[in-house]
Amino acid sequence: MLDTALFYIFAALTLGGGVLTITRRSAVHSAIWLITSLLGVAGLYLLQRAEFLAGVQVILYVGGIMVLFLFVIMLVNLDQAAKEKRFSGQKWIALACVAAVALQALWFVSKGAGRFTLGQPSIAGENLGNSEHVSRVLFSQYLLPFELASILLLVAIIGAVVMAKKRI
Amino acid sequence: MTFALSFYTLAVVKALVLLGILLITLVYIQWVERKLIAHIQGRWGPNRVGPHGLLQPIADSLKLLTKEDLTPPHVHKLIFVMAPFLAVSLALISIAVIPFGGEVEVFGVRTTLQLTDLNIGLLFIFAVTSLGVYGIALGGWASNNKYSLFGALRSSAQMLSYELSLSLGVVGVLLLSGSLSLRRIVDSQAGYYFGFLPRWNVFHGPLPQLVGFLVYLTAAFAETNRVPFDLPEAETELVAGFHTEYSSMKFALFFMAEYANMITVACLATVLFFGGWHAPLPESWGIQYAPLVVGALVAGLLLYHSQGAFAGKQRRSMQVFGVVAALIGAAFLLQPVRVLFSPLFWFAAKSGFFLFLYIWVRGTLPRFRYDQLMGFGWKVLFPVGVANVLVTALMVALFG
Amino acid sequence: MPDSAQILRLLPEILLSVFGTLIMVLDPLTGRNRKALLGVLALVGAYCAWIGALVSYANPGPAFGGMVTVDGFATFFRLLVCAIGFLTVLASMSYLERNELPQGEYYALVLFGVAGQSLMAVSGELVLIFLGLEISSISTYILAGFLREDAKSNEASLKYFFLGSFATAFFLYGVALTYGATGSTKLVVIRQAMEGKDANVVLAVIAGALMFVGLAFKVSAAPFQVWTPDVYQGAPSPVTAYLSTGPKAAAFAIFLRIFFTTVPQTGVMWGWLLWTCALLSMTIGNFAALVQTDIKRMLAYSSIAHAGYVLVAFTSCTPIGAAAAMFYLAAYAFMNLGAFTVVSHLSGRREQYVAIDHYAGLGRRRPFLAALLTIFLLSLVGIPLTGGFFGKFYIFRAAVNADLLWLAVLGLLNSAVAAYYYLKVIVVMYMQEPKEEVTIEPVPATLAATLVLAAGAVFFLGVYPGPVLDFATRSASFSRQ
Repeated sequence: MLDTALFYIFAALTLGGGVLTITRRSAVHSAIWLITSLLGVAGLYLLQRAEFLAGVQVILYVGGIMVLFLFVIMLVNLDQAAKEKRFSGQKWIALACVAAVALQALWFVSKGAGRFTLGQPSIAGENLGNSEHVSRVLFSQYLLPFELASILLLVAIIGAVVMAKKRI
Repeated sequence: MTFALSFYTLAVVKALVLLGILLITLVYIQWVERKLIAHIQGRWGPNRVGPHGLLQPIADSLKLLTKEDLTPPHVHKLIFVMAPFLAVSLALISIAVIPFGGEVEVFGVRTTLQLTDLNIGLLFIFAVTSLGVYGIALGGWASNNKYSLFGALRSSAQMLSYELSLSLGVVGVLLLSGSLSLRRIVDSQAGYYFGFLPRWNVFHGPLPQLVGFLVYLTAAFAETNRVPFDLPEAETELVAGFHTEYSSMKFALFFMAEYANMITVACLATVLFFGGWHAPLPESWGIQYAPLVVGALVAGLLLYHSQGAFAGKQRRSMQVFGVVAALIGAAFLLQPVRVLFSPLFWFAAKSGFFLFLYIWVRGTLPRFRYDQLMGFGWKVLFPVGVANVLVTALMVALFG
Repeated sequence: MPDSAQILRLLPEILLSVFGTLIMVLDPLTGRNRKALLGVLALVGAYCAWIGALVSYANPGPAFGGMVTVDGFATFFRLLVCAIGFLTVLASMSYLERNELPQGEYYALVLFGVAGQSLMAVSGELVLIFLGLEISSISTYILAGFLREDAKSNEASLKYFFLGSFATAFFLYGVALTYGATGSTKLVVIRQAMEGKDANVVLAVIAGALMFVGLAFKVSAAPFQVWTPDVYQGAPSPVTAYLSTGPKAAAFAIFLRIFFTTVPQTGVMWGWLLWTCALLSMTIGNFAALVQTDIKRMLAYSSIAHAGYVLVAFTSCTPIGAAAAMFYLAAYAFMNLGAFTVVSHLSGRREQYVAIDHYAGLGRRRPFLAALLTIFLLSLVGIPLTGGFFGKFYIFRAAVNADLLWLAVLGLLNSAVAAYYYLKVIVVMYMQEPKEEVTIEPVPATLAATLVLAAGAVFFLGVYPGPVLDFATRSASFSRQ
């Protein structure tokens, strides 16, 4: 009961935040709503008993990435952009796409959850905390992707320096 | 006889007690700070309101509460009002997962001296701390004032940079204790090497986390915007930084948030590196009588000094406090009091030391320049933190 | 802990990453005038990786719990992307020197990008594929903007980055849905789940469509080709050479692997989609290329058309088709690399001479360059004796075998159209007088070596296609295991 109520609250935060993110004129407001949305996602993780993910979601996205976003938004003068017309000519295409997705979603809902076999999540560890379980999987089964992600980040760092540094 | 309280009642009672203690500490830490800074600078500090200015914090609070609450016309209202509340509530939340002591039985109710033990306790604290920057950043932005904006910008860059080092400093501890739960981290530090050296993480094998602790401590100063890293509110450059436009209670809230963060960070240092509530020596050395000795010492000092240059009210109050200290010390002779309060005593002593360190540093060190701050964070603290993690991981893998 | 045999199966990727990192470490330690040494190091790295690919093929099999599969297919593409990386580095050395670009970062990014592409070739698992795709993409985003003072290059980088990230997001969404539908990201397990009784076909089809969008963008197939001309035009020419070959080949590799491994009845469900996509790409690419005056832009449109030809091979959905696609990608890589390398040399400082008119009289002034460019262009047309001929021949044969007569006919008509704009360049080179003064520097040895190597490969594939085609045919049988 409580879980259901919380689910709807977090879902509303996530979706509402998302909608407000793209409709606010002020970039700072958009950022704040995006933060709200991300916090909603963290809440959803918590409801799934994935505490570790929830914590990481907040630390990385809300506490890290969005702070950088805000930082940049505050540095850049966006007054001009706020005055310009948003949603240029493609409004109708966008609306059509949204309608298509909505129809799809409706169709899924109308079929009911039972009609769709979803993949089974991996078995939760016996008496293992969430973080322990995540780390166990990450460092055994997904060791290779985990290590390769570091190369990806290295490339991104080199790229950022090449692009941004005044003199290389 | 034990009787069960419902989970909610117990939680509410514990929260209220904790909040009360926290707020009193918050108020009085400022008095201690002003006094200490004054003594470091060869002044008396507050000494008008009440004996030794002891009622000064209350007078200050009343003043801040009753002053006119100005909201300048050019600010962004909603966010301007929201920011200080955000700052203070986030600062107060993180205290919820800090364990102050083991399991105790009070009036037949068994409970732990901790609001709640999350199995991701540390992660929770970092999450909440990482949110803390929004109070400052948004407050500074909403003020619509260039000095405030600069304060906000500085704080977001600074806190983001130092958060990395803060977490890196702690990773070593996590490797040693293998848990994110603060209670389990403290439990893993129980016991003594060679019969006298506590197994605190700063002394813990296979690699004592001294470097980790220093990294943590330095980063913690920056995270709480304290001297020498208080650039977001550097008054010589930015008037008052992010809180330039804030007055009255909203200003007080920012103030409270800063001190609450200090307390959290100090408590966390105790929990992570200094064994939480564990005594520094085993009981066989008679360490359980330390509170007694401290009480007696304080009483002696106060009574001795009251014979000095003080007159009238000052002298009498010192004598009264001396007697109170003696009584508190004597209370530790009683077995039940000792069992209940010894852990709290050690916890408070260690955290108190770190709070003292904060104030001491503030009285001693000058402020960094902004580029020095960033350079130090990224080029010194961060690599040192990474190196510490690598070496600790290696040692744990080899000897752990 | 993975054992040494498993690590050996990842040898090329490891070597490339190590050399890439090594270059970054050595970059600050080498003097300003000796940066060419880094290029040599990159060449050694790419060469070692090429050998490494062969070494790891000596002991084929899965590694890391089936995430990586070293088989003939993977080895084919590994060898191809390593060779492309090698030639790109070789072709870029004089260009970087001339334009005073930072060399260490450039070579490192190329090597990392190749590592990502090589990873895409071997991985049999969606997470890994995604990582490889991103490593390759991010390095190319940066490389596209390497002329930092040039507004066009900036535009190219930014456009490529935004649209590319968007496409990657599509791909990732597809991966997520696939995982939701089948409970696994391993291609083999996905295949099994799809063949199972209670397969969630609807969700899987949506996932497949999303992945299709992402991949079609990466190979610049219509209707997701819009970015191609701007990016290819704005990026430094050697980078364009690399962009149009390496990442494209790797993207086609995962395209083939994903759709051939996971989708049970490829022909039935995806045929019409691939059919439309192939025809659109060929037509749009060729007809838009007709009216271009800028040679880089023309080659960009031609590369869209070539993606269309490869898609024709896809549409046939047979191992022969897959083999034809592989062969074509190899041939295309060398001829396109060669053509762009010539363009990069002729473009001069800051890419000032890139109009087709600037090529007037080249046949007399620089017979060597003109001859080589002619070879590459003729190969792009598909004239016999060049790799392009057999590439097209195998593709259309595969299409005809799979009863795709209409597509084959339309494709052939398209090639005829394409011949016009390729030959136009040759005509300008040999039969027109230069209208304005174009300074052409002497050809540096590294560049000449690149061109000779590429031309050699084009001729080899055109005269003696047997071994490569055999290898492709043998390794393409993975699709119906």
